[in-house]
This record gives sequence, structure tokens and C-alpha cells, in this order.
Amino acid sequence: MSPAAEERHETRDTDLGDEELRARLSKTWGTARGLIGVLSTVDHKIIGIRYAVTAFTFLLAGGIMAIVMRLQLARPDSHLVDAELYNQLFTMHGTTMMFLFGVPVGEAFAVYLVPLMVGTRNIAFPRLNAFSYYVYLFGGLMLWGGFALSIRPDVGWFSYVPLASLDFTPGKGPDYWAQMITFTEVAALAVSVEIVVTVLKQRAPGMTLDRIPLFVWTMLVHSFIIIFAMPAVMLASSMLIMDRLVGTQFFNADAGGDPLLWQHLFWFFGHPEVYIIFLPGTAFVSAIVATFSRRPVFGYLPMVLSLIAIGFLSFGLWVHHMFVTGLPEVGAAFFTASSMAIAIPNGVQIFCWIATLWDGKPVLKTPLIFVLGFFFIFVAGGLSGVMLASVPIDTQVHDTYFVVAHFHYVLIGGTLFPLVAAVYYWFPKVTGRLMDERVGKWQFALAFIGFNTAFFPMHLLGLHGMPRRVYTYPAEMGWGGLNLLASAGALLFFASFLLMLWNMVVSARSGSFAGDNPWDAETLEWATSSPPQPQNFDRIPYITCRAPLWDQGGDKAVVGGLKVDERELIVTSITEARPDIREESPAPSIWPFLAALATAVAFIGSIYTPWAITWGSPVVAIVLVAWFWPKTTEENV
Amino acid sequence: MARSVIDVSDLPTYAFGSRVTPWWGTFSFCLLEGTGFALGIGGYLYLAVTNRHWAKDAVPLSLIWSALFTLVLVVSALPNFLIRRAAMRESLRSVRVLLLVMSVIGLVLIGLRVMEFSALPVRWSDNAYGSFVWLLLGLHGVHVLTDVADTLVLAVLMFTRHGTGKRFSDAEDNAFYWYFVVLSWLPLYAVLYWLPRL
Repeated sequence: MSPAAEERHETRDTDLGDEELRARLSKTWGTARGLIGVLSTVDHKIIGIRYAVTAFTFLLAGGIMAIVMRLQLARPDSHLVDAELYNQLFTMHGTTMMFLFGVPVGEAFAVYLVPLMVGTRNIAFPRLNAFSYYVYLFGGLMLWGGFALSIRPDVGWFSYVPLASLDFTPGKGPDYWAQMITFTEVAALAVSVEIVVTVLKQRAPGMTLDRIPLFVWTMLVHSFIIIFAMPAVMLASSMLIMDRLVGTQFFNADAGGDPLLWQHLFWFFGHPEVYIIFLPGTAFVSAIVATFSRRPVFGYLPMVLSLIAIGFLSFGLWVHHMFVTGLPEVGAAFFTASSMAIAIPNGVQIFCWIATLWDGKPVLKTPLIFVLGFFFIFVAGGLSGVMLASVPIDTQVHDTYFVVAHFHYVLIGGTLFPLVAAVYYWFPKVTGRLMDERVGKWQFALAFIGFNTAFFPMHLLGLHGMPRRVYTYPAEMGWGGLNLLASAGALLFFASFLLMLWNMVVSARSGSFAGDNPWDAETLEWATSSPPQPQNFDRIPYITCRAPLWDQGGDKAVVGGLKVDERELIVTSITEARPDIREESPAPSIWPFLAALATAVAFIGSIYTPWAITWGSPVVAIVLVAWFWPKTTEENV
Repeated sequence: MARSVIDVSDLPTYAFGSRVTPWWGTFSFCLLEGTGFALGIGGYLYLAVTNRHWAKDAVPLSLIWSALFTLVLVVSALPNFLIRRAAMRESLRSVRVLLLVMSVIGLVLIGLRVMEFSALPVRWSDNAYGSFVWLLLGLHGVHVLTDVADTLVLAVLMFTRHGTGKRFSDAEDNAFYWYFVVLSWLPLYAVLYWLPRL
């Protein structure tokens, strides 16, 4: 029999009734039991959940460090922790929040939700996805394992040279920091590539560019920002570790290098990083505002254009972190202008969301309440941001608590509030049960009051001259009262997260059942069961409008003809999403885990001897060949 | 009630170029690696402009091995073009032969890169100029190394029972990435070997 004829005899989804189809697909796409099965899974939903749980664990760890710092600063001349430990605490707090929580938590939601929202069965390159998670996990474990073993970076989350050079910081702390960067950036870059390809090539037939949900557009722009920004910090951290380990001179001014080169490379990543962390927040807001206003987001086109504008502009801002380094005036003026310009697309987004709420019939459930909190806090942070964009003000308050207040308003307001909203919103999809609304509202009250009590006084402290990164201050400065207030607020804010954790645990066991679409939302993830089956959709939906669950009504147009006993998914054309290929999606494999393990051993070994790279590379290469070597006829990426 | 409106059972299970997902994966990796190269060159130029020691440190590099490397690399674009064409025509014999040719070329290039390194007048630890020369040459060398390794594995695959169907698409994708390896070298070559001579 010819291959084509042979293929025609295999069972297709059109041959089966709903129940049998669901059972057979679930077997084809499922994850095996046992340790090997668990480590081999390539299901984007399982990996997304792992990303989220790991990221939230790091949030808790970073939060505990913040609480210790706030207890130390609560009163003047305190000796709860000494200067050395305090330096380690703020370094670990910033590093953990930015690299081990902020970026990965956005990836977590993208990995879980984007394939569902575009109506496909798995993310593109699912084995790379599994690999990326393990690399991230090992990077985080390495940093925190080092901390437990007293190998502690203490030079800030930005690790400025010359302080971070071997002359001024001997020991292995900064090396652990630099390698952790490599781990987490490899993971983030891999996920970004997967998301880009999933969005461009795996959308359900009919989902043309102008029918892509705003959430997905946001994650696409987010991924492109990562692709262009993260190489800078990987390059920089590799140069730093080489300066420290093999004697290169990149940042040594006496040997032709320049410490400012570090700052340029770091902030070329570091400012887009703010948007890398913030954009997932806006993705959550767009989804939640639409659902609870009972209408699509106002101004789809300006929203998408604003996102793209933010993507471009975010690369024109980095020097505003370096205004006090003695820049040429034209340079400073340019970066002031671009720093102010990015407020425009951000403003457009805010106005579109407000217009949506204005025109809709807002339902005040917990997710929407947290989004309203986001508006207030983020706009306040944006205002202090516009102030800081001007060079004279920046010069005055540089390195004071005013800046601390500003970026916590932006980052917590822009990311954490929408994130909590997102947890309440998608928890029922992931677990099949709703979280408790009453606890949610109490949590909001605690979080909103706690946050503002913690961080608003810091504006004043900064204007009163309190510098950042000091472990204590004398009573005569008169900063005691506001600091005590801030610390009390921090405790309240922390408690709000414990309340959420409790709510999650209790609701996962005994929350009320959610059904497929508890919020009556518009996007495709709500068109499947809660939690979704391994195959996501029994039949691939055919999309004819922007809000399929609202506008397509009872008419469930689907695509038929995929094989049932193989992992097949539909690849579509980029703009019009016309079905083009039935591509085979890779099956579970243990090799991505082993590849991540080999990579981790080589990276960690390289901190102690450069030969670890020499000896580690062939091992990694062999594992990669095993990963990609076809076992039967299956595909492997 | 579900209503099937499109039947995809007759669609192919693989295709070539930008129709398939691996091409977009490779393209994305080219973007991010290209950004890495661009930033590396940016750092080099930044120091060349801002550090006054640089002019004295930046001794010109020997042109012989690098010229050979560049020549072979540019010429390799021709068999690379042919491999893409043969892969898209699914001509197993041509793909096998050309993959072997590309493997040999790749190994020669690695040898030439080793000679380039051994002929360098500066060490990475001498000064920042030396650090950048080693970094950029090494970074590009890693790209050559990984694609040659990929080509070797693919060549072996094509001589096994796996040398059918989707593997042709992989060969085409591998050839696509090689163009990136070739193109990314040209600006590096200009900056590393010719800029200090200006």
C-alpha cells in the first residue's frame, strides 16, 4: 500500500462520535504516570502550571526578604540584620523578583493560555518548552542553594562593575548571580520563540490577524521584546563572569575597557525588562476588563498599535537609568523625550480600558476589583515616572527612596495587581473550581491599603533625602515615623498574599464547580472543559469573528480531518490563518530534562573551572542528538 | 452542535520554508543571535570611541587565515543553495552528497577558525581589545560549530531509514540557518580585521 493510501485508513476525528473522540484524543495527548512520565511531559498546561507554581514560590521567598528588610528599617539604629546581610537581602530580593518571579510568571500564563486562546493542541516546540522550564528551575535552585550555603551575591540586582569585579568582590556570589542570569534568560528566550511561532503559525483556522485576542497580541509583542532585549544581558553577564574567571578586561578601564559599558548593556536589557514584566499585566487587564464589562475592549486597533509602539519605544529609554553618569546633553535630552513619549501609548491603553468600562456594564467581581486597583496604582507610578524622566528632578532624587517608591508603584501596580486578578480569573479554568469571592474582596482591601501604606511614604522619605540601599539610619534624621508606617504597610501587603494562598488551597479542594465558562467570557480557552483535556479541544474550532464565544452563538463551526491516534495539529498561514499543513507535534521525552541537567552541571561547573564548558559541551551535544534523533516516525523539537 | 466546515485530511504533513513552524523557530533564533552579534559589535565600537587606550591596543590582526575562512565561508553559500533546492525537490541522492560536501566544508572552516585563533597577536587577558576579539571570534565560532554538528547529524540521518519526508524539510531548515552563519560573519570580519587598519 502506498504511504498516502495507508494514511487515509487511519482514524480521523470526523469518523468518531464526541465521547469516543474525547477518550481517544486524551489517550494520544496524555502524560504518562510515574516519575519518568512526569519528567517527560510536553503538555503546555502542565508545564505552564509548573512555571507558575515555581514563580509564586520565588515570589514568597523574595517577599520574605522584603519583610526582613522592612523590619530592619522600621526603626532607626536597628541591629536586626547587619550591613553585610542587608546588602545580600536587597540583592536577592531584586534578583528574585525580576529574574525568578517577574519574567517567568508572565511566561507561565503565556505558556498555559496562548495555545488555548488560539485554539491549538500544544505550544510550538513543546520539548523546548519542557527544557526551558527545567533550565529556569535549576537556575533558581542554584542561586538559592548558593544563598543557603552562604555563597551570596551582595552587589545589587544590577551587579554594577567595578563593585562586582573580582578586585572589589572576591568570592563566588557575583558568579552565581551571572550564571543564574544565563539560565533564566535561556529559558525566557526559548519560551518567547515558542510563543511567537505558536501565535504566527498555529492559530485556529479563520483566526485572522484582526481576530487575535488582545491577550495574545500582548504576549506576541512581549515575546519580541524578550528576543531583542535578553541577548544584551546574557552577553553582559557572560562578559562579567569572564572578567572574573578568566581575566578578560571588558570592564577594566585601565586595560581599555569601561565600567559604563556594563551599564549600557545592562540597561539596554533593563529598561525593556520593565515592559517585559509589565506587558503580561496589560494582557490580563485586557481580558478581564472585556469579560466583566460584557463588551469587547474599546479600540482594538489603537490597542494593538499601542502595544507595538511600546515594544519599539521600550528600546529607546535605557539611558534614563544613567542620567548621572555624565552623558552628553543631546543624549540626555533624547532619552528624556523618549521616556516621556512612551507615556502616550500607555495612556492610550488606559483610556481604552476606561472607555470599555464606561460603555459596558461592569460586574464587580474580585478580578475586576484588582484591575481597578491596578489603574489607581499604576497611574500614580506613571506620574512619578514622568517626573523622573526629567533630568533635573532625576539628578535630585537619584538613589533615594523616591525612586524605590516609583518603581514599586509601577511594578507592583502594573504587574502584581493584574496578576492577582489573573489568578482569580483563570483559577477556575485550571482547577475546575472558583475561588472564594468574599475572601478575594478582603484580600483586595488588605493589599490596596497595605501597598499604599508601605510605598506612598517612600516618596516623602526620598524627598526628605533618605538614600536607597542603606541598612539603617540615625534617629536624628527624623525618618523613623514614615519608615515605621511603611513597614506596617508591608506586613499588611504580605498578609494579603498569605490570604490568597489560603484561598487557593481551600478553593482547589472545596470551591464551587466552575463549569466551562463561569464568567461568560469571549475567548477560546473558555470553550473547552475546566480543567482542559490534554488535547485542549476535541474538535479544532473554526473562527469567524473576534469574540467567538459571544458572537458565534450556538453555531459551533469546527475543522475536521485530523488523525486521532497521532499528535497532529493544524499549521495555518500567518495573516489569514488558512489551514496549510497537518504537522506532527512532538511526543513526551525524557531528553529535554536530561539536556537541562547536563547544561546546569556544565554552567555551575564553569563557575569553578572554565574546563567545565570544554568537558560539558560534548555531553550536552550527545544529549541533544539523542533528543532530536527520531525514535519512530515522530517529530522531536 | 458541532458542524464541520473545513476538512483538512488532504493537507500535507510537512512543507518547506516559511510555511512550517521550524523555519519560524530558526528565524526567531537568528533574530536573537543577530541581536547578540550586533550588541557585541556595538560594545567593541563603544570602547573604540570612548577609551583612549584602545587606539594603542588595537593592533591589526593577520589577514591570511581570516581571508581563507571568509573565502570558504562565502563560497559555501553555493552548495548551501543547492542543498536547499535538492531538499525541496526531495532528491535523496543529491541531498546526501551535498550534506557530505557541506560537512567537509564545515570541518575545514573549523580548522581555519582554529588557525585564526592561534595567529592572534593578542590574548583575551591582555586588554579589552583582545577580550573583544576573542569574544566575537568565539561567539561566531560557536555558531559554526553548532551548525556543522547539526549538518553532520543530519548527514548521518539521511543515510538511515529516516531519510524521508519531513527530514528534507529539516535539511532545508539547516541550510537556511547556514545563511545566517555566513551573513553574520561579514560585518564581524569587517570590524575585526579591517576597522583597526583604517
